[in-house]
Amino acid sequence: MSTGIGKATGELADSLVRGIREYTDKIQFEVPHREIVIMEVCGTHTVALRKHGIHSLLPPHISLVSGPGCPVCVTPSSYIGNAIDLLRKNDSVLIATFGDMAKVPDERGRTLAGEAGSGRVAVIYSPADLFGLCERSGREVVFLGIGFETTVPTIASMLKAARGAGIRNLSVYCCFKLVPPALKALLRDPACAVDALLLPGHVSAILGLGPYEFIRDLYRIPAVVAGFEGLDLLTAIYMLLRQLAGGTGFIENAYTRVVKEQGNLKAVAIMEEVFAPAESLWRGLGTIPLSGLSLKPEFSDFNAEARFGLPQLTHREPAGCGCFLVIQGRLKPLDCPLFGTRCTPDRPVGPCMVSSEGACAAWFYYGASAV
Amino acid sequence: MKYRFFDAHITMECGSGGAASRELVEKVIFPYFRSETYSILSDASSFAFPREHGGVRSYTGRLLMTTDTYTVDPPFFPGGDIGMLSIFGTCNDLSVSGAKPQYLSVGFILEEGFEIENLTRALASMARAAEEAQVSVITGDTKVVPRGKGGGIYINTCGIGLGEASPLPEATRVRPGDTVIFSGPLGSHGIAVLAARENLALAGGIRSDVGCLYPLCATLFPLGENLRFMRDATRGGAAAVLNEIASGAGVGIEINETRVVVEEEVSVVSDLLGLNPLEIANEGVFIAIVAQAEEERAIESLRAVKGGEKAAAVGLVTEAHPGIVILETEVRGRRILGFPRGLLLPRIC
Repeated sequence: MSTGIGKATGELADSLVRGIREYTDKIQFEVPHREIVIMEVCGTHTVALRKHGIHSLLPPHISLVSGPGCPVCVTPSSYIGNAIDLLRKNDSVLIATFGDMAKVPDERGRTLAGEAGSGRVAVIYSPADLFGLCERSGREVVFLGIGFETTVPTIASMLKAARGAGIRNLSVYCCFKLVPPALKALLRDPACAVDALLLPGHVSAILGLGPYEFIRDLYRIPAVVAGFEGLDLLTAIYMLLRQLAGGTGFIENAYTRVVKEQGNLKAVAIMEEVFAPAESLWRGLGTIPLSGLSLKPEFSDFNAEARFGLPQLTHREPAGCGCFLVIQGRLKPLDCPLFGTRCTPDRPVGPCMVSSEGACAAWFYYGASAV
Repeated sequence: MKYRFFDAHITMECGSGGAASRELVEKVIFPYFRSETYSILSDASSFAFPREHGGVRSYTGRLLMTTDTYTVDPPFFPGGDIGMLSIFGTCNDLSVSGAKPQYLSVGFILEEGFEIENLTRALASMARAAEEAQVSVITGDTKVVPRGKGGGIYINTCGIGLGEASPLPEATRVRPGDTVIFSGPLGSHGIAVLAARENLALAGGIRSDVGCLYPLCATLFPLGENLRFMRDATRGGAAAVLNEIASGAGVGIEINETRVVVEEEVSVVSDLLGLNPLEIANEGVFIAIVAQAEEERAIESLRAVKGGEKAAAVGLVTEAHPGIVILETEVRGRRILGFPRGLLLPRIC
């Protein structure tokens, strides 16, 4: 909004866009009509790109596709079903969740929001809310643990505090996921046609740049860590195009004001104290070894899956739903046959239309790129 | 103050129509609205409009009427309360429609158990607001609902005003080439209410912008038919109003994000909460569409009036993409600014 530096921002944006066009022209000259596919790994980037109208500034032949970086979107379909079944079978249970998860349908079309009448579904805004909930509700509070490396350290910290405070009626239904293994699985797939990666800003603030080195070593495609303002995004895209035009493939950091090369060592240490990497099932990508987090034995008393004997996670795509392809960057929301017709934010079929970071919701709300 | 039929809280008997009701109205409510002209309680009140009115402005011969009901939660918030909101909000609807507000009715729905002290707080605020807006509350009604069946206090006001703008502003008069003006900075009211409701310490300094828009609107009336349309940006914020205009008039609208004024604090807090100031309710800001040739004159006039100091031309009406509002972002990208969806803050006004 009006910050007094609007003109300078606009001019800087113009010159970045000019640079992007020049590099694109150079690439087009070498390989005419080549489509350049850039994957924005993180859901927050999907929304930020739309919010700032970045698509309207890019030359044709540059294609931005979504990736698996939306935690709600990559959670297997039976996770919600298991939570709802638990809620219904066990009167003493109260499910605590972040807002988005409450609106995602399970395999039978049920949502947690739909169970609100039980009085045992609580939407929280931060893990710190859980303490008050445990005290006040007198119930078995089960927290839906969805999220990437950005959220995990706060939750680990909260669990340590819960242990210290002697809280017994809290457990976490873990479905945390790690970004680098998902990227590995994506890039290894022969069907993957991604030319460059826009790396997540917040996850990278935790992990640093080290975990992305395999991209350079094994695949040699350009990857740039980006921030979330309009200029951040344009700068990162400019840097990606510069590399593509020069034929290089290394990791760059365009979000240096927040992301340090070594990451946030304290946050990583807390994560490793409470959680350990484990095999995890991803919507679309299938089962990937060491791509999720589960509670270490010392914290197993907070493990909801064990405490309540929850069934193993499975995944089944709702009929016609394209989410599993959208999160792999292989289907654009507009090209999904259900988009805007059978699947809208009011009546979503899949999570990509529900989540505030879902690609389909972003396309629906902010409009297609041709404006 | 000691009452005979109740003590510090509203009781069901206060709504029964008997002695307790009479005491509530006579001793608690009416004192705030009694005037020389309206000195006794009647079921209906008559009113008249002077034949000659004002000096420069003329009365067009049309009367305008509006009504609004106020359910804001919490009833007292930084910068305002449900009382002043119920007066200014209704007066503002008349003002943006081209009228000078004159007479109001007021209806209260009080929940059993509501503190009389809070009622008198709201009433005192209403009296002050009525004086500032130069309107009279001339009739009213009070009902009581059982505990648990109401939100503490709900207020309905109906307002009648004199048509002054000629012609009266209307969405259908908006045409391509017209300028879009925001009369002030966006987002304060919604954030102030949300902060009070959710106890958000981080938004502590932000106060609602609730106020009387008549002086600002009236300064644009002389534009005559070059003043096409006005509407205050309440629920759904500026984004909702712009979309209503675009679809109502069958035109496209383009807004330049860098020209939209948002106070720094509001900007920071809405960013943290994931809210867009263009979608947040205001109670002291309206959108005006004027002919392009009058843009400068309109802005100068608004800036000369209290509350309009940050008035700005933020965009224009176009014949391209009819029904759609496009936002040009600060990096010169373009994207659709749709009707707000999803988390619309409830009970904001």
